[in-house]
Amino acid sequence: MLYSEKVMDHLRNPRNVGEIEDADGIGEVGNAKCGDIMKMYLKIDAGIITDVKFKTFGCGSAIATSSIATEMIKGKSVVEALELTNKSVVEALDGLPSYKIHCSVLAEEAVKAAVKDYYDKNGISYNPKLFSALETSCCHEEGEC
Amino acid sequence: MKYIYADNAATTKMSEKALEVQIDCMHKHYGNPSSLHSVGQDAKIVLEDARAVMAKYLNANPGEIYFTSGGSEADNQAIISAATFGERKGKKHIISSKFEHHAVLHTLYKLERQGFEVTYLDVYENGMVRPQDVADAIREDTALVTIMYANNEIGTIQPIKEIGAICREKKVVFHTDAVQAAGHLHIDVEADNIDMLSISAHKFHGPKGVGALYCKKGIPLYNLIEGGAQEKGKRAGTEDIPAIAAMAAAFEEVHQNMDENMVKVAAMRDHLISGLKEIEHSALNGDETHRLPGTVNFCFEGIEGESLLLFLDDRGIAASSGSACTSGSLDPSHVLLAIGRIHDVAHGSLRLSITEENTMEEMDYIVQSVKEVVSYLRSFSPVWEDLMKGKREFIL
Repeated sequence: MLYSEKVMDHLRNPRNVGEIEDADGIGEVGNAKCGDIMKMYLKIDAGIITDVKFKTFGCGSAIATSSIATEMIKGKSVVEALELTNKSVVEALDGLPSYKIHCSVLAEEAVKAAVKDYYDKNGISYNPKLFSALETSCCHEEGEC
Repeated sequence: MKYIYADNAATTKMSEKALEVQIDCMHKHYGNPSSLHSVGQDAKIVLEDARAVMAKYLNANPGEIYFTSGGSEADNQAIISAATFGERKGKKHIISSKFEHHAVLHTLYKLERQGFEVTYLDVYENGMVRPQDVADAIREDTALVTIMYANNEIGTIQPIKEIGAICREKKVVFHTDAVQAAGHLHIDVEADNIDMLSISAHKFHGPKGVGALYCKKGIPLYNLIEGGAQEKGKRAGTEDIPAIAAMAAAFEEVHQNMDENMVKVAAMRDHLISGLKEIEHSALNGDETHRLPGTVNFCFEGIEGESLLLFLDDRGIAASSGSACTSGSLDPSHVLLAIGRIHDVAHGSLRLSITEENTMEEMDYIVQSVKEVVSYLRSFSPVWEDLMKGKREFIL
């Protein structure tokens, strides 16, 4: 089997699918040319992510990584959400094939992009280095995918 | 749940007849055909009978059939042979198309690194090579024209007879990768003016790991595998007699039922096409009429092919896709790019390849399932959302 049971479960029953109309932060990463786009919506109350939804165009692992990432950050503070790494996403899914690792990177970046949007919209200052990875995510130039 | 196998262009299930012949051969004809004793000579008879069957249905002479490990080896040997002998006459130019199988393309890339020049002909939006383009591309130093009989992903059948006639007239060796066509269409190497042709058994209900190369008398072959006098010294290694016999049995069987099956399968294919066309913002890939009886390939905008395959598999349907994600590479299918599909929609492709073993009821189930899965995937696709909101323009 290409994917773990965990990946298949998140693919078959994706958690937190959809969008939040009045989201406090929205992040979109990837592009259609590369074959995957993730869009993450956050509802934030007093620095805590109270709700999260996603929409994804992509392969099975792209859908599964988006799904599990939403589970991993729901109820957490935005600071904790920024600590989400692609590695932890892969581990939570019991692994991904090597050429699918970029999907987990996209999931991490989608969360970061949504938090950045929240910071920008609310005039919250931050260290730009936190989001430096977001500038470079294109599969056709980057070695990661 | 009944499982519907609709990925026959990838491989087919062995027929009962082929399986029976293969196992029977393993039991009874275990000799080495190169041995002089009667056990060996018994195997030799099986081998030569199989060769005669393959030749019969291609309208070739048995002496023109060389058994190989499959279509890839046949493609490699045909191309390397024409290149090697062409080079000796100072001919280092080859003509092919942009959407050949990788067994052909990668061999050509290797030759390019060795100083050959290759012209990759356009296949246009309908996925068809134009014979006039072949004629225009032929030069004094052209050693080979290699154009596939039918495309493995989109199923378009190429104007092989016309291309062959041009090559014959200009005295250029013509090879065709007929891996998808053999056993599904009537092939006549004489009428089609073919010099070399590659075949793979597992595409027509034969076993995997065996194929054949037709090489017209007088066209020289170059060995890829050295070490023995098998196959007239052109392909060393003790012949896999059971597999070869099973291939011949399968080839004979498909030809005996071909006319009837072509009609039956094409009717199912057309039913699939008309059903899938009902999905908005979708498109059939490749010419609608010049098409293998059993191959259908569509692009659906706003979704990605691998997730489509996984959800179809959950519903008991085996299909394939030209999306990058299914191949492990960055780019979607070179075939879809060659017919002008841009990356964004090429990722959302689906290939269904059926045989006479499928049924009309299965086609209805496939159409219904694809409709539901495409609609489901679009429901949470940010690309589809942008398309619907007018933030992105529809391509299909």
